[in-house]
Amino acid sequence: MPQPLPPISVRKAGGILTYWNIVAALLVLGLVVFLAEASRGVSQSLAELRMTPVSLDPANLPNYAARTSLRMLVAMLLSLLFTFSYATWAARSRRAEMLLIPLLDILQSVPILGFLSVTVVFFMSLAPGRVLGAEFAAVFAIFTSQAWNMAFSFYQSLRTVPDDLVEAARTFGLSSWRRFWRLDVPFAMPPLVWNMMVSMSGGWFFVVASEAISVGDTTVTLPGIGSYIELAIERRDLVSVGWAIGAMLIVILIYDQLLFRPLVAWADHFRFEQEGGIQPPHAWALTMWRRSWLGDLLKGSSNFVLRRGDQLLRKLGNRSKTNLRYAWMPWLDRAWYAIVAALAALTCWKIWAFISPAVSAADLIDVSLLGLATMLRVFVLIAIASAIWVPVGIWIGLRPRVATLAQPIAQFLAAFPANLFFPIVVSGIVALKLNPNIWLSPLMILGTQWYILFNVIAGASTIPSELRDAGTNLGVHGWLWWRKIALPAVLPFYVTGAITASGGSWNASIVAEVANWGDQHLQARGLGAYIAQATTAGDYHRIVLGIAVMSAFVVLINRGFWRPLYEYAERRFRLS
Amino acid sequence: MKDPSMRSEALLDIQNVRKVYPRPGGGELLVLDDINLKIEEGEILGLLGRTGCGKSTLLRLIAGLAQAASGSISYLGHNVEGPAPGIAMVFQGFALFPWLTVLENVELGLEALSLPANEMRRRSLAAIDLIGLDGFESAYPRELSGGMRQRVGFARALVVHPNILLMDEPFSALDVLTAETLRTDFLDLWSEGQLPIKAVILVTHNIEEAVLMCDRILIFGSSPGRILSEIKVSLPQPRHRLDPRFRELVEQIYVAMTTQQTGHARSTTRSEHFPGLGIGSVLPQVSTNRLSGLIETVAEAPYNGKADLPVLASGLQKEVDDLFPIAETLQMLRFADIGGGDLCLTEYGRDFAAGDTDERKRLFRRQLLSYVPLAQHIKRVLDERSSHTAPKSRFLDELEDYMVPEAAEQTLRAVIDWGRYAEAFAYDDEMAMFSLENPS
Repeated sequence: MPQPLPPISVRKAGGILTYWNIVAALLVLGLVVFLAEASRGVSQSLAELRMTPVSLDPANLPNYAARTSLRMLVAMLLSLLFTFSYATWAARSRRAEMLLIPLLDILQSVPILGFLSVTVVFFMSLAPGRVLGAEFAAVFAIFTSQAWNMAFSFYQSLRTVPDDLVEAARTFGLSSWRRFWRLDVPFAMPPLVWNMMVSMSGGWFFVVASEAISVGDTTVTLPGIGSYIELAIERRDLVSVGWAIGAMLIVILIYDQLLFRPLVAWADHFRFEQEGGIQPPHAWALTMWRRSWLGDLLKGSSNFVLRRGDQLLRKLGNRSKTNLRYAWMPWLDRAWYAIVAALAALTCWKIWAFISPAVSAADLIDVSLLGLATMLRVFVLIAIASAIWVPVGIWIGLRPRVATLAQPIAQFLAAFPANLFFPIVVSGIVALKLNPNIWLSPLMILGTQWYILFNVIAGASTIPSELRDAGTNLGVHGWLWWRKIALPAVLPFYVTGAITASGGSWNASIVAEVANWGDQHLQARGLGAYIAQATTAGDYHRIVLGIAVMSAFVVLINRGFWRPLYEYAERRFRLS
Repeated sequence: MKDPSMRSEALLDIQNVRKVYPRPGGGELLVLDDINLKIEEGEILGLLGRTGCGKSTLLRLIAGLAQAASGSISYLGHNVEGPAPGIAMVFQGFALFPWLTVLENVELGLEALSLPANEMRRRSLAAIDLIGLDGFESAYPRELSGGMRQRVGFARALVVHPNILLMDEPFSALDVLTAETLRTDFLDLWSEGQLPIKAVILVTHNIEEAVLMCDRILIFGSSPGRILSEIKVSLPQPRHRLDPRFRELVEQIYVAMTTQQTGHARSTTRSEHFPGLGIGSVLPQVSTNRLSGLIETVAEAPYNGKADLPVLASGLQKEVDDLFPIAETLQMLRFADIGGGDLCLTEYGRDFAAGDTDERKRLFRRQLLSYVPLAQHIKRVLDERSSHTAPKSRFLDELEDYMVPEAAEQTLRAVIDWGRYAEAFAYDDEMAMFSLENPS
């Protein structure tokens, strides 16, 4: 195998024992220990797990944190794998696209806990009596909170790869394997990394529910920060909640420093806009990767994979298929439509057959009303969050120095699980005798309001200084300035953020409409609470009904409200 | 050489090639018709024509990026069915991978050949050296100027040692001085025999560039794209723009291209009697500022109403592709006549030049509604409807019976712009609605 040559312009200074090489070696050793530590418990049996229940001793927290972060890492890798295959398939095949993209739209709208409650039995049966099955279920739940938006982002990038680069890749005879790694992935990288960060935050938000699995009779508590928090809440132990927050903070910080910061800095050189703009973020870990043997190792192995994959695919006869004549296309399309329609009808019938024996029309109306209640909550919350964060975001976005400080803080806040606020909220509501229907609601938007802030900051920082100068020159200030300059300029960005926030809030409603603090249970009337209750009771008919209604609500709202608004904002107000 | 190539002398042999695009509503649209050409070893062939004449489409067919509907393209005796290893391309917009360094971009050209790494590195460095990029190996494209970026494009194409180098308007995205340097450097290397290539096909809309670089020029006409005439350039290299023989060739090409334009305009004239046909012609997107600008220029000294197109083009620093659509639109509106390489203002054109803003608008409205069938049609529809409004889609659908969707959109955009200037009708982009009323 040919050895990769060093890049000619960069002469490596010093020998093996440079500063960065030592740091890299330490980190790799640390990673090995971490993996060993975290995976030790996976092969246990469930009986053994019950022998050593989760304890609130803070000394256990490092181990729990390691288990939790490993789960999230595995889920992230699975999400990447899913993204690369699903989105690529959808982007490359017109017929697959017709089915896969609407499907993704719906998958995105299915509440994450919904996936967990209906699949947990299946996953447990994969490794009967072992922790492994429960781990599968937990990882799958986290995966469902991460994968969809990543796949969407990747698909959208693939659709917008510039034509001339595609043609260049074709004239130089790059195989589709090489094209994927050389062109598609790099081009899609910056938005994908951004979405990975959002996904990670989403994963943290559901970490309690995915680790402390409780579906009907199936109750498994996997060791991890989520279970720790669950236990602390059950025992009304505020000190332990504090410990958990501390541990989470550290894990999020480590992820940020070791994974996301370097990824963002690295992805920056895949930005397609060729003009310089904002300074790429600095990441010491990336410097380490680049300056130590780790970088060489990575480069060498990626070249090797590229080459071997190519040879392998060539052996398999990866020849592009001949183009069918236009005349056949409409007929093939029709056949395909027919198959898809048949599948859809079959699915509807199946769902109906599953729900109908246990659910009456009155139930359906009832659930729809609950859906309306949750919808009202989501819209009111989005409106309130917008009224607060849009002005703040514009103010920050126009001040680059503040913006660089504010971004990581907002990202951390987005990752904060709502459950950690239960103690405060529940004791407040109980003490002041407030109405849980109103006062539980803010928990829904706790994690998702930050997307509005991120996006508005990003939008405000792209307002051209000429436009601002023109405004100043014409004496536009006060309310007029907001109405004519600032708000229109950030509108497309705001809408993107609001869509994410709205979707996230629907999802969060399952966690947020029901709150426990020790033996105090508070519940708001809403679809989220309905699904949560059905899950606890193990009532699969109601779970499926609740999920179906919620998906329908989310899809309808997206199609009927957000998408038209987004298109309008893009057309009218996108500065380009 | 293997035996198939023994039969034909040509590197590339194109016979009876036609290319059609499917129309969204069914049916097909002919974009290239009956193309025949051969490329011999050692020549630079120019494909000259205006935007939309199919010359770039032909280049894509040769590159194997698209498939012809009928006819054959054979390279060294083999049919071109996909990107062929011996054919490389230089792109108008450079098509560099922004995340790869200069060296990596050049190496990309070789990646598919599965060469050993050090052979790849050696050849890439040689190509970088040859094209004058020494010292920039580790730079990223965003750090380079346009000229240097295109040099990377050349190096990436040359590194594969192609038999045929395809160039798709490679200098048109560069400023005048940079383009000239790059052309000269390329021609120097070519005439010294330093380039590892056997023939070049250059697509351009710049007449002087074609005469400067090519041994043979094929002039393309549009709708459908076809070869109008072939001009041999036997001037020795290096050629000089001020050489009288050079000027004569440029003039000759202008005449050839304007004759075609006149013929095209004639057919528009005739179609007035057949309203169904007239609506279907693609209109160029030429702003009214440019139209009045050209009328004013030609009306003034030194032209005094009549201008030689090559002289006008170099005076305005414009290339054919900029100037012809304006001139052609003036001719369509009867503000000017084109013939024999000259642009001559008509009586309306002179009135327009002399008039003030209101007078100009009035004249423009009259000419627009008399000679542009689509404008007539829109106005008539708006007049007839009681609401005096009509959605854009109504006209777009009609246009798409005659042209590809992009061309229909462009045509409608052109007519909207002219109609607004002429105050013949108004258009609300938000609602995508035509109406008779302007906001008052």
